[in-house]
Amino acid sequence: MNVDAPSAPRRTQVNERTILDVRQLTKHFAVRNAFGFQKGVLRALDDVSFTVDKGEILGIVGESGCGKSTLGKTIMGIHQPTSGDLIFEGNDIAGQTPSAARETRRHLQYSYQDPGASLDPRWKIRRSLHEPLVIHHGSLGYDEREERVRAILQAVGLPAGHLDLYPHEISGGQQRRVGLARILTLQPSLVVLDEPTSGLDVSVQATILNLLLDLRKQFDLTYLFISHDLSVVRMICNRIAVMYLGKVVEFGEIEAVFETPRHPYTRSLLSAIPEIGGARVTDTFTLEGEPPNPGNLPSGCRFRNRCPMVQPRCAEIEPELRADWPGQEAACHFAA
Amino acid sequence: METLSFIFRKLVEDRVALIGALIILLLILTAIFAPILSTHPEDVLEFHPSERLQGPGFAHFFGTDRMGSDIYSRILYGARITITIAVIAIAASVLIGVPIGLLAGYYHSWLSDALMRVSDIFLAVPQVVLAIAIAQTLGPSIENVILALSVTYWPFWARLVYAETRSVQNEVFIEASVALGASPARVMILHILPNILSSIIVRTTIGMGGTILTAAVLGFLGLGAPAPSPEWGRMISESREFLPEAWWYATAPGIAIFLVVMGFNLLGDGLRDILDPRIRRSSRHDK
Repeated sequence: MNVDAPSAPRRTQVNERTILDVRQLTKHFAVRNAFGFQKGVLRALDDVSFTVDKGEILGIVGESGCGKSTLGKTIMGIHQPTSGDLIFEGNDIAGQTPSAARETRRHLQYSYQDPGASLDPRWKIRRSLHEPLVIHHGSLGYDEREERVRAILQAVGLPAGHLDLYPHEISGGQQRRVGLARILTLQPSLVVLDEPTSGLDVSVQATILNLLLDLRKQFDLTYLFISHDLSVVRMICNRIAVMYLGKVVEFGEIEAVFETPRHPYTRSLLSAIPEIGGARVTDTFTLEGEPPNPGNLPSGCRFRNRCPMVQPRCAEIEPELRADWPGQEAACHFAA
Repeated sequence: METLSFIFRKLVEDRVALIGALIILLLILTAIFAPILSTHPEDVLEFHPSERLQGPGFAHFFGTDRMGSDIYSRILYGARITITIAVIAIAASVLIGVPIGLLAGYYHSWLSDALMRVSDIFLAVPQVVLAIAIAQTLGPSIENVILALSVTYWPFWARLVYAETRSVQNEVFIEASVALGASPARVMILHILPNILSSIIVRTTIGMGGTILTAAVLGFLGLGAPAPSPEWGRMISESREFLPEAWWYATAPGIAIFLVVMGFNLLGDGLRDILDPRIRRSSRHDK
């Protein structure tokens, strides 16, 4: 790693296993009125820093609209970051030229939340699976591409006969597999999985999760697992980042965060997981109201107007992530 | 190819569109076989003053004109001119308009605004007026009619493709291709264009009718092919001084223009129903 250390204090440690180092990543969207004049800024990502180790599964959780998908897409380069650095495999990939970014994308791939919509409806599965190879390995002939595509298709558990079908002719779970196959043809090292289990019924969810774990082993993958399903995250992730309105409020080892959540937001999220034989969710759930408009955030801590333990200090000083616990960090003045 | 047979099957079911298709087929066959079908093929260029202004009959199906030429034969040859003008003018409009619309729709920059404002300016001037101005400036000839029509018609395709591109661009599979590393040219030509092709086909079919009409107007005003070309608009123009006595003189080319324009419009409407089921023709109710 020959990139200079940033001036701000490092909270997550870079080591030789780090594959992706996100440093103070910020993404603002301009909010425009009907006449096209900027009337505000939507802070979709605000000073997000964390590292991803090679081979791990990092879960990113939070409510709808907290910036999970924006984070994934900004890492992917689909959105350009407003500021901050993205060190991927030792290279800064933030703000690359389009052609350099295309090269990077071979190793960094994004699996869409709706894989059916991510396939061209007028293309047969075969053509969609060939496309990544045509783009990045132009020297390969049709037969070589076909061979690779068939191998990948087998790895994701689809029959070769599906190559001649259109995306609307296969089921949601199969579309998910095709979406994964399309990415894997490029042999990426890091895959951003955006809600990989949403919209699937429970039995299909389980097979897809098992497939993801198998593929990780087989292709030596690292996952960024974006989800709002906490029980799934707990089952398959090594570490977790809890996001609230564009900021990481808690980060750490999965066991530590689930056993001893430090941030009040994490605590309320965890209390919302239904448990058989446990207390009713409505009895233990402490979170009230909607998150504030991300275009108009409160001063100080952005969680303070929903926080059960709010103090005057929270309105004045914005809490930073504190690495005060082993394998765990939280951004709260009063977390203990 | 499956799409083609699908369109064909649907077309046979939709009787109105089928009539349109048959009219257009008739026009094309007429143009190709004009020398065989016509009774007086030499009359396109030759005059027979002794036989001028004869009414319809067995000798001359649609009567004769002021020069004594057979109107039926002249209309058959006129179909060739009509098809030539319409096909070349529309092809040029599509070739200019579609790439401009694609580029302006795909890129979100000052260039897209500039391109769209230019096409707005062209759209703001009535087509016929602009075409008359161009044809008048460059002199009457078929080439200039084609040029005038191309210059005035391309903004329709640019506008359409621009709007369709912007809407398809929001689809996830476009973003997914970009994320995969596809170049802008690849995304535009292989992903966006095939997905908006049906709108372009419909617009082109209906545009053919409009172009033929405008071409006839230019011919009528004396800005089209010079005499003695059997251009339909010119024939109607020549017939004016002999109305109402020589009623067949204006009627025959008038009906020819009417049928062809209607044929393209019916087919275009039918294709729209087949290719885009969201917009149904208002007059027809779903069964």
